[in-house]
Amino acid sequence: MSDLLTLAFTAFLVQNIILTQFLGICSFLGVSTKRSSAIGMGLAVFVVITLSSLLTWTIYYKILYPNLIFMRTIVFILVVAAMVQILEMAIKKFSPTLYRALGVYLPLITTNCAVLGVALLSIQNEYTFTETLIFSAFTSLGYTVIIITFSYIREQMHKAPIPAGFKGIPSGLIAAAIMSLIFQGFTGLF
Amino acid sequence: MTKVKKKRIKPKDNILNGLFKQNPTFVLILGMCPTLGVTTSLDNAIGMGLSVLFVLILTNSLISLIRNIVPSEIRIPVYIVLIALVVTLLEWLLNAFIPTLYANLGIYLPLIVVNCIILGRAEAFASDNTIVDSVFDAVGMGLGFTLGLSTLAFVRELLGTGSVQLLRFTLFDTSVAASFLVSPTGAFLTLGLIIGIIQTIKIDRDNKKAAAMEIKIKAALAKKAAKEALKLKEATTHE
Repeated sequence: MSDLLTLAFTAFLVQNIILTQFLGICSFLGVSTKRSSAIGMGLAVFVVITLSSLLTWTIYYKILYPNLIFMRTIVFILVVAAMVQILEMAIKKFSPTLYRALGVYLPLITTNCAVLGVALLSIQNEYTFTETLIFSAFTSLGYTVIIITFSYIREQMHKAPIPAGFKGIPSGLIAAAIMSLIFQGFTGLF
Repeated sequence: MTKVKKKRIKPKDNILNGLFKQNPTFVLILGMCPTLGVTTSLDNAIGMGLSVLFVLILTNSLISLIRNIVPSEIRIPVYIVLIALVVTLLEWLLNAFIPTLYANLGIYLPLIVVNCIILGRAEAFASDNTIVDSVFDAVGMGLGFTLGLSTLAFVRELLGTGSVQLLRFTLFDTSVAASFLVSPTGAFLTLGLIIGIIQTIKIDRDNKKAAAMEIKIKAALAKKAAKEALKLKEATTHE
């Protein structure tokens, strides 16, 4: 139990996926300019990462292992793409409200490196099924929390007098540097 | 439907375009995950850049070849599968021939599949250009990416560890080092500063150009006004 708790906090804070592993940076910089879109993207990524990691874990150990493991990159990306499609259709059918909130972000997620990254990391770290569940859920929660927090910071930064050349992405990256410095303080906590 | 004949881009311009004008790292800001992740050392950065160059040449030429066969509704899944195949091929090659690089790149190697540059160039360029042009575009973009990564890695390794190494040769060696530049913080900070400086220079140049243009326009207007005044004067004296 305590192992799982350590894993959860490590995935969430210490090894934060955006600030220390640099996965999902494109969406992090692209979507975090507006609070509403950051919340939508964050939730969509949370759902997709958790589900797809469990699915890819199952496929890897039940079908690919041990003879077909060289196929993992192709199989994983196909699984992620198919799952995003199915999820989009399902949400559209069952909850139009949720679809309006998340619909735009779902197709973008296929090429979000965080999704494929978490699926590959759970295989690389040789996690069990439960560990994969905890790892993927808390990693994606880390993503969601960071992207939402960051959108608040960037909204404030719009009001600040920043030199023209540093507006937008450069100042965003420098703010991310400070945030990642803060998160380095969690190193050695667990 | 009549086919509009597009003007072909010269190969030299095509490559220079990818290297400088539309540099994927500093101008288009694509493929940020490996850019930040592997630039702790110059070796890894060049390895990553050349890997992307390899994948880009293969995918761009393959996609350019099949661009008229694939229906446009399913083109993205087809491209993704093709890219995944090429990346798997690259993984085998690196694992067999350069195992140290394979180990160093780690998770960022299979993640080339979802690198925005590859799919972006497939969609924006290779899907409606000839194979030769697509290969030139791939070479330009791949080299531009390598240039971007190695610039970033050079700065980080030089300032962060005090020395720069390239294939076991030490290029620089100083005794001072700001080791936080090798950490994730340094990655964000260095990239942010470099992009900011490039954009500032660009805005400065554009402003200068606009100012020069304004002076030219003003001069032309003054000339025109003087001419008209002269004409008017002539007309009045004529009367």
